[in-house]
Amino acid sequence: MSVVRQRVFRNAYRDSVELMRIAAEIEHLPGVIRAGLVMCTPANLAIVTDAGLGKGLDPAAGPNDMVVALAAKDDEAAEAAFERAATLMRGAGEESPGDGRRFVPTTIAEALGELPEANLALISTPGPYAAAEALKALKRGLHVFLFSDNVSIHDEIDLKRLGARKGLLVMGPDCGTAILDGVPLGFANVVRRGGVGLVGASGTGLQQVTCLLDAFGAGVSQAIGVGGRDLHEEIGGLMMLAGLERLAADDGTNVIVLISKPPDAPVAATVLAAAAAVSKPVVVNFLGGDAEPIRAAGAHPAATFEEAARTAARLSLGAEPVSLDGDEPEARLLEGDDALGPGRIAGLFSGGSLASEAKVVLKDLLGAEVAADQQIVDLGDDEYTVGRPHPMIDPRLRSEKIVEAGQNPAVSVILLDIVLGYASHPDPAGALIPAIDAARRAATEGGRRLAVVAAVCGTPGDPQGLAGQREILIDAGVHLAASNARAARMAGLMVQPAAMREVPA
Amino acid sequence: MLRNGISALNIGLAGFADPIVAAGASVLNLDWRPPAGADPELGMLQARLEDDPDDAVGRQVAAANRDALDRLLGASPLLVDVRPAEEAIPGLTGRMLLHSGPPISWDRMCGPMRGAIIGAALFEGWAADAQAAEQLAERGEIAFDACHHRGAVGPMAGIVSPSMPVVVVENTASGNRAFATLNEGLGKVLRFGAYDDSVLERLRWFRDSLGPILARTLEANGPVDLKSITAQALQMGDEGHNRNVAATSLLVRSLAPTLVRTSTAADATAALDFLRGNDHFFLNLSMAACKASLDAAHGIPGSTVVTAMSRNGVEFGIRLSGTADEWFTAPVGVPDGLYFPGYGPEDANPDLGDSAITETCGIGGFAMAAAPAIVRFVGGSAADALNFTREMYRITLERNPTFALPPLGFAGTPTGIDARRVVESGVQPVINTGIAHKLPGVGQIGAGIARAPLSCFADALRGLAARLDVAEAA
Repeated sequence: MSVVRQRVFRNAYRDSVELMRIAAEIEHLPGVIRAGLVMCTPANLAIVTDAGLGKGLDPAAGPNDMVVALAAKDDEAAEAAFERAATLMRGAGEESPGDGRRFVPTTIAEALGELPEANLALISTPGPYAAAEALKALKRGLHVFLFSDNVSIHDEIDLKRLGARKGLLVMGPDCGTAILDGVPLGFANVVRRGGVGLVGASGTGLQQVTCLLDAFGAGVSQAIGVGGRDLHEEIGGLMMLAGLERLAADDGTNVIVLISKPPDAPVAATVLAAAAAVSKPVVVNFLGGDAEPIRAAGAHPAATFEEAARTAARLSLGAEPVSLDGDEPEARLLEGDDALGPGRIAGLFSGGSLASEAKVVLKDLLGAEVAADQQIVDLGDDEYTVGRPHPMIDPRLRSEKIVEAGQNPAVSVILLDIVLGYASHPDPAGALIPAIDAARRAATEGGRRLAVVAAVCGTPGDPQGLAGQREILIDAGVHLAASNARAARMAGLMVQPAAMREVPA
Repeated sequence: MLRNGISALNIGLAGFADPIVAAGASVLNLDWRPPAGADPELGMLQARLEDDPDDAVGRQVAAANRDALDRLLGASPLLVDVRPAEEAIPGLTGRMLLHSGPPISWDRMCGPMRGAIIGAALFEGWAADAQAAEQLAERGEIAFDACHHRGAVGPMAGIVSPSMPVVVVENTASGNRAFATLNEGLGKVLRFGAYDDSVLERLRWFRDSLGPILARTLEANGPVDLKSITAQALQMGDEGHNRNVAATSLLVRSLAPTLVRTSTAADATAALDFLRGNDHFFLNLSMAACKASLDAAHGIPGSTVVTAMSRNGVEFGIRLSGTADEWFTAPVGVPDGLYFPGYGPEDANPDLGDSAITETCGIGGFAMAAAPAIVRFVGGSAADALNFTREMYRITLERNPTFALPPLGFAGTPTGIDARRVVESGVQPVINTGIAHKLPGVGQIGAGIARAPLSCFADALRGLAARLDVAEAA
């Protein structure tokens, strides 16, 4: 027997991510079978109804109201869950619980009354509202870090043109990370400050390069994210050009790194022409793109994020960077027994650019045909994140996929990225261990060999701690590589057809 | 790279503030919620109308609002005369009546307004009895217009007929004039739709005696500075809309000696007796002063400043400075309040009257902090009164330096309602109001607090955007 109950919190707006987090906690309370917390928009209410949680819901609930909808064992369990939800909600909104009357601004206009010196707006609202917030911020002279996705390309064009006209940065939409003047924004790692300035149209690409710069002993002056569409022809690389110009003028920057998927050809030409005009060395990583035009522009091409980081570190430090840990295991793998072929790789990525880099590495190693057989997926892609948090925050979907891969006789290697830093899960490695164990058990029971290969994208300064995260993975029998590119290569070598294998001297 | 280091506003996920704090930079978390009633198109429209020194529309709106505020804050409303309405108000002649609120035809008018029209028709001698008066109105033989269209304002039904005496308030800063009838006091009064003999008798006494007495008094005394009286009254427990006892006393105190000198003893006694018994006498002067100030700020292309909020018992309507004489209306509700014994919400007429001109001008409900007694109508505490005013700062552009509020550290009253701020925040202007019985002739049955409907402000922004060629959607 179970009951379906709801409680509506009037005019109690919370971000959907926060609501899902609270829902996850409520669902674990004793006697709670299923829980949903949503703002009462028509679309959300349809979801609640489809989930069987809509029976008896107050029809007066509207888009500014929040509902906790439950299936519970009995009314007592439901009541306890409502109380818990109310407590969690209270804790989430208040700045200083002791002073209930303190004015908390709700709009940019009000906030500027409280913090008139503000020069940057971080926007992570739901997509449909994000462009208006960004426009208001730009009109008031603020740079914009626009984390929100689902912003139309038309709005992006308008915002970036306005930003360019006003001399303001528009980082995003869908910008995951930035480091400005040593301050990490969004999903960012704690990296040493130094001379390398970066502009990237790829969030986890920027994270990987900045972390590797740290590992190579170099440091970061600025890392400017511009969002994945900046180098599309419609946008024309407006913000990459603006970022490049700023870095060229920035006294703290002695080397510049540009990161993007291969841009549309005219945009690539414009960006490379601008790079050619800069007197500082420029390293260009157009992931999987053609190196020749880059060289022709007098810049340094880099095929992978690791190569970009190594080249930039060398140019910035004026010396060969330190070597990375983890060269050794790759060499050992090449020596025979660990090679598992001819199974397939299940690459289950939380970082979209890291998945792209893995594909580039595998294509280079295995050839296009064999590489195409490998299943490299970006679980942060829109098709997986509708109605649920990004896999860098919430490990549940990835855990399910890891368990599935373990049960699949065609899979012999699971390839993972573990992304540390602010805003990521507090223990991303530990959160995956139960699934990794289950996958390996399933393989053993099926009489199969299954290797798990991973790289941790992080630094010793990150809140999760690099050493601890690595240890957790090593203890679980995961093959660790020092970079994402190396992890992909290691996985590729494991499944490489015997005929292709070359054992190095 | 950014001048003076990072100083950030965090809009959305609260956790994004953590790394900024850890890095030692300043960050302010907004208690963000979807603006504009969670309507993204309207939110974008509002954003497009925001000030921007680098954009033609943004520049125009900013300059227009600055101009409107300068005129509003710089207004100098003086009481200069009391005259029959047909002499004072341009175009009010023949069988014509003015009413409160946005324009409305007889067939749609509420009970109290119809009652007041019957009373005015009887008072003017256009009809012999109530039935004949109604037939005149039904046959279209009485012309109607909104007070607001002719520089006038009227409380509740707001009926102004040609021979009623009206106060003439001149804004000497801009040279424009505003008008209002004389306040009748409480009980059975025309503005609540009563029209029995006692009501008509009082109107005749206004016309034949009190009006001329006040006119003579003003002529001998010289103009009375209404802004100065309101400023003092705000420090004495008035808010300029529902509490006027201090302002009325100040006015009577200043006029009494001249009134006595220029009148017969019998006239002076009758006039001063009436004024002593009417705590609300200043209300109509307060309204005319606000109207004179706001009209000066009206008609500036591009301005998002609200220059009128008003109700006719059926609709709530607003006007913006930048949208000329367009009204933006929505159905009006029953105020939240306390009722006199024997009455309840089921007896109440939806909100009525031009008196919300006081809130539009930054007093009344906006100055609730000055008059904590008012919030008792809705069971509030003194602290609630302060919070009503604090909330109104969120939707206004300026603090009126002339109207200081002692409980808020002598901060100026929240002045210059910006339709953009109302739409963005969803904060509805608060209005102190009396509650009329829905049947004509019963009168006031309570008092309370009403909120202006948001859709008026959304429609007003859309209207302004259309005039400025700003598109709603991309």
